[in-house]
Amino acid sequence: MNIAVTPPRSNAPRAAMYYYDTFDRDFVNERVAQFRDQVQRRVSGALTEEEFRPHRLMNGLYLQLHAYMLRIAIPYGTLASNQMRQLAMIADRWDRGYGHFTTRQNLQFNWPKLADVPDILQALAEVEMHAIQTSGNCIRNVTADHFSGAAADEIEDPRPTAELIRQWSTAHPEYCYLPRKFKVAVTGSSNDRAAVLLHDIGLRIVRNEAGEIGYSVIAGGGLGRTPMVGKVVRDFLPREDLLAYLAAILSVYNRYGRRDNKYKARIKILVHETGLEEIKADIEAEFAALDRSGTNADPEEFARIAAYFAPPEFDAAAGTSIFEAEKARNPEFARFASTNLATHKAKGYTIVTVSTKPVGGVPGDVTSAQMRVLADAADLYSSGELRISHEQNVILPHVRLDDVFALWQLLQTAGLATANAGLITDIIACPGMDYCSLATARAIPIAQDISKVFADPERQKLIGKLGIKISGCINACGHHHIAAIGILGLEKSGRESYQITLGGDPTFSASIGERLGPGLEAHEVPQVIEHLVEIYLAERQGDEAFIDTYRRIGQAKFKPALEREVEDGSHL
Amino acid sequence: MAKFKHPQILIANHLLDGEVLFMGKAGWLRDHRAAVVATSEAEAEALLALGKAELAANKVVDAYLVDIAISPDGHPEPIHYREKLRTLGPSVRLDLGKQATNTEFGDI
Repeated sequence: MNIAVTPPRSNAPRAAMYYYDTFDRDFVNERVAQFRDQVQRRVSGALTEEEFRPHRLMNGLYLQLHAYMLRIAIPYGTLASNQMRQLAMIADRWDRGYGHFTTRQNLQFNWPKLADVPDILQALAEVEMHAIQTSGNCIRNVTADHFSGAAADEIEDPRPTAELIRQWSTAHPEYCYLPRKFKVAVTGSSNDRAAVLLHDIGLRIVRNEAGEIGYSVIAGGGLGRTPMVGKVVRDFLPREDLLAYLAAILSVYNRYGRRDNKYKARIKILVHETGLEEIKADIEAEFAALDRSGTNADPEEFARIAAYFAPPEFDAAAGTSIFEAEKARNPEFARFASTNLATHKAKGYTIVTVSTKPVGGVPGDVTSAQMRVLADAADLYSSGELRISHEQNVILPHVRLDDVFALWQLLQTAGLATANAGLITDIIACPGMDYCSLATARAIPIAQDISKVFADPERQKLIGKLGIKISGCINACGHHHIAAIGILGLEKSGRESYQITLGGDPTFSASIGERLGPGLEAHEVPQVIEHLVEIYLAERQGDEAFIDTYRRIGQAKFKPALEREVEDGSHL
Repeated sequence: MAKFKHPQILIANHLLDGEVLFMGKAGWLRDHRAAVVATSEAEAEALLALGKAELAANKVVDAYLVDIAISPDGHPEPIHYREKLRTLGPSVRLDLGKQATNTEFGDI
């Protein structure tokens, strides 16, 4: 099969990321060939849907409301420019000219034809990508801080750890048929941007008193219908014991985790039903009994992987004079600079968040033309690297401050210069019932309506950082449980109904949002959000964040936000 | 089979392209407006049995019955908003799905 590959720019920089060796390449190609054969057998009728379904899911292929959907893994959210161009090519050739970035740092195509999927997977393999571990009861694509390798507050880049776990877990026979799906997240920073307390296992890279690097290990977090904050099961785990300790946790989960009820089969249920001390003892006993040397990775292997992620050479003389001058001259650029930049570890550099949330847009949707502009932007200004955040934005991790103005101008040409990163219109929304077969209500139109209400950039600036997250069902792909303001779409008497939750927090001070009151009609949601924001602005002290105001004054003060005018002019 | 409350049509996805299909008089259609309507429990059972046979024949996937009401212009329209969306496409992308082509859909 001859698959077109989008050529890299001749002067494209080589992104600092993991590159396949022969083993990886052979493995992925073999999987594509296997799936091609499985599709052929399905089309010929040799495989029934019941027989074929596990195979397609293991290759990221779902059946959704209107068509098949292919979910592509973007390991720990890291993407090279040539990979982004290949995604654009796939979008144009086999899909409908766009893709959707998800809250798991992945990308979904919403309209592939079954017979084309093997060719799509082959095209992905050509640029070292695949759709493995994006579905099924396995260890899913490992997620990580989207500012990895760039953030000023980073102790260590978490991606080598994430890559090690990916290599260890991919096709691991013991973990292909777990009681349920299993999600791992890693952060290497003192500020959590990977929601490590809300994953089956969260890893926080820390230093001990001796200055050695290791992991604080968290288990039993998760969202979905039973949201739970994870528990620290090990304060400090030496790096060399990582895989053995993960194996111990998974063995305990495999042995004691419930398989009688899929809704109680996640490790969070086991951890919370068993109790922290007992589960820690179980894990430690398993860990002690394990053949650690046979399970752990050779430190040289970790070093080999880590070498791929060596940061680009930063120019010690990188200045800020152009950046400062353009900010002073151009208020619109100054607004972008004040919202969409994060502090880089290298002097004269910054991290740029490219928002996929223009006012009225579909959160996470990016056209093929925009993908190509993002790839060009990465090559020109960010060492060929991109990241996908769980907030459904695209990150350019290594940009000289003096290049930001030129980058901003380029982004403007593609409608990608929305200055709202972290603000109230930077809304996370799952695909909801516009696409998803599991959804009970639409999520995207709610995000669109709210963003229109808060479109005024001055008002957004006044409100400051405030996260709204919307899920179209209790599976919580839109992370509504951990939003300052969460919105959950349900069905009530044959109509869409939306519950509001307040007080969620995805960081190291994690908390699950609390339900404010009865469900709302879709058209009522923006008005209620406005009232909530008005109460917050009236009550906040100084530049206090919404979550801090909420924790200080309590939910009762926000209840009046549910009072709203109904069609006959009366109030509810 | 659930208790028969409303007239029903048979809905499924095309095996090859995943598109939503509706059972018509002479086979699967891409347009729900010409779908065969079951107006009794016996007719619904027969329609569902046909759906199972089509599944077994590997022509479609995920076949099931959908409650409908007859619109003023005489066409069947799903009662539930989920199934209504399936006759149209994503409400946030009117340029995609069945709603994007305002023409009669042919048989397949």
